[in-house]
Amino acid sequence: MILCWVEPGPSGWEETTRGCLTMARGLAGRLGARLVAFTVGAQPDPVGLDELGRLGVEHVHVCAPDDPAYLPAAWGRWLAEAAGSGRACAVLVPGTDRGHEVLAHAAVRLGVAMVANVTEIGLDESGQPRRITRARWAGSVLEESVLPAGPTLASTAPHAVVATEVAVAGTPTVRVHPGAVDPADARVRLVEHIPPASTGVSLATARVVVGGGRGVGDPEGFVVLEQLASLLGGALGVSRAVTSAGWRPHTEQVGQTGTKIAPDLYIACGISGAIQHMAGCRSAKRILAINTDPAAPILAQASHAVVADVHQVVPALVEEITRRRANGGPDRPR
Amino acid sequence: MEIAVCVKRVPAPGGTVTLSEDEKSLDARNLGFTIGPHEECAIEEATRLAGIHGGRVTVLTVGPDEALEQLRAAMSFGADRGVHVRTEDGELGPVATATALAVAIRDTEWDGGGPDLVLLGNEAPDSADYQVGIRLAHVLDLPCLTGLKSLQVDDAAITGRREAAGGWDVFAAPRPAVVTVREGLNTPRYPSLPGRLRAKKRPVQTRTAVPDPVDAQLIRLRVVQIPRTQAELLATGPDLAGELADLLETWGVLA
Repeated sequence: MILCWVEPGPSGWEETTRGCLTMARGLAGRLGARLVAFTVGAQPDPVGLDELGRLGVEHVHVCAPDDPAYLPAAWGRWLAEAAGSGRACAVLVPGTDRGHEVLAHAAVRLGVAMVANVTEIGLDESGQPRRITRARWAGSVLEESVLPAGPTLASTAPHAVVATEVAVAGTPTVRVHPGAVDPADARVRLVEHIPPASTGVSLATARVVVGGGRGVGDPEGFVVLEQLASLLGGALGVSRAVTSAGWRPHTEQVGQTGTKIAPDLYIACGISGAIQHMAGCRSAKRILAINTDPAAPILAQASHAVVADVHQVVPALVEEITRRRANGGPDRPR
Repeated sequence: MEIAVCVKRVPAPGGTVTLSEDEKSLDARNLGFTIGPHEECAIEEATRLAGIHGGRVTVLTVGPDEALEQLRAAMSFGADRGVHVRTEDGELGPVATATALAVAIRDTEWDGGGPDLVLLGNEAPDSADYQVGIRLAHVLDLPCLTGLKSLQVDDAAITGRREAAGGWDVFAAPRPAVVTVREGLNTPRYPSLPGRLRAKKRPVQTRTAVPDPVDAQLIRLRVVQIPRTQAELLATGPDLAGELADLLETWGVLA
């Protein structure tokens, strides 16, 4: 069987989980193996179960400890036990914080390798799913490797596989298993969850992000970018050069080591577009780059570009939008 | 307080990525080298904590001879000593790296018998294996907190926050522990010149690491050709602002 740890999202299963299940289903099809979902805590509700069925899951292994609170080492142990008892040939998780954490603990329990950010799993000469392709270097380099032994433990890179559903979906069977906690696994505890601040637009989910880079010049330069973001109901994002210079807080950083964004529109102002920055905004539907340098890498990855000085363009745009709103309302075409 | 920090020599961002002839490593001739942003924060946090609680900071690295450069650079933030676990024949996998670090930590002398805190970056910027900290913790039989962007250490416990769905998960563990951190934890200072000079004189112990047969075997690397879009270049006439506002309207983001 192919075992897949599934992570709930704000509504339904989290998107990386859906992609992970899609990759796992493809692998299960090639191997003639069953696709089994693994989850800890309560059984999935009927809606969640239906969605798993549409993603190709045939069976759900529910581990039900007395306390369903997140316990990384214990969850990893239970995942390893489920893989062992079901003789899984592959265990897949979405490449999220919890996915990586749980899988790494499971890998230690099983005494096998773990491969992260996998984009493709192929079969080796003996027909085992041990030929791995995975993303390195913020996705700029792919690594091909072969695992020496099974089972294959892999996390799937976000956006590596677009989630698809099966044409004819069944309802997965469910079995609930007990989960006993080894005291050593309870040393790290989740003591509190602090929900997102309710005020303001969150950078990760904003429909519009106005980004500022080194080209903005100084901390004061961000005032007008914030005005533009606010006029568009969006959020301000910045490049690493900006946070390293101490101009803006790290919470606003977009990139490999910052927030990953997926807005409808990313307006990149004075941002050169290094790989590490693009790794955080690759999922934007449109990128409008404003940069004085026609050779800046961002221009080769943007959908629209203005070769001009942000210090002139952005204030003029803010003024124009403000003027239109003042002139009889919601942005009538002139 | 005894604090260990683990760092890795990685290519500096911004360089052109090309491969060596055997396609098993990046061509180093076109690249500068550094340590990752997460690890800069780990070093900064270690020296900050040593300043508050008193104690000693030990920096460890697993890498080729050239990694001594990054070890010294990391030490110049204010570390007391270093351990260089030398590798031959290319990069070690995450199992071998965790084992090498664990053996080096066990063989090092610590006040009280072992480190109170072992800090790592949550993942290396190049290999991004997302597991070395957890594997290291298991070998040392310590709890492991991962991905933290804030950290409080007192006599008995360690607590810290990790980003979760726009909010925060707060984790706690008893001391000693392994902790992996992320950029944003603090704002790293630049090492001072006296710091760099001092680091040159601080002791560095050298050891050797070996590969582990459990790790995946590298076949080859491939450079991803990022699809170049042909950006639609907008004319920068006198009514640029008006044209941009029209575009925003067309895209439905002005409503």
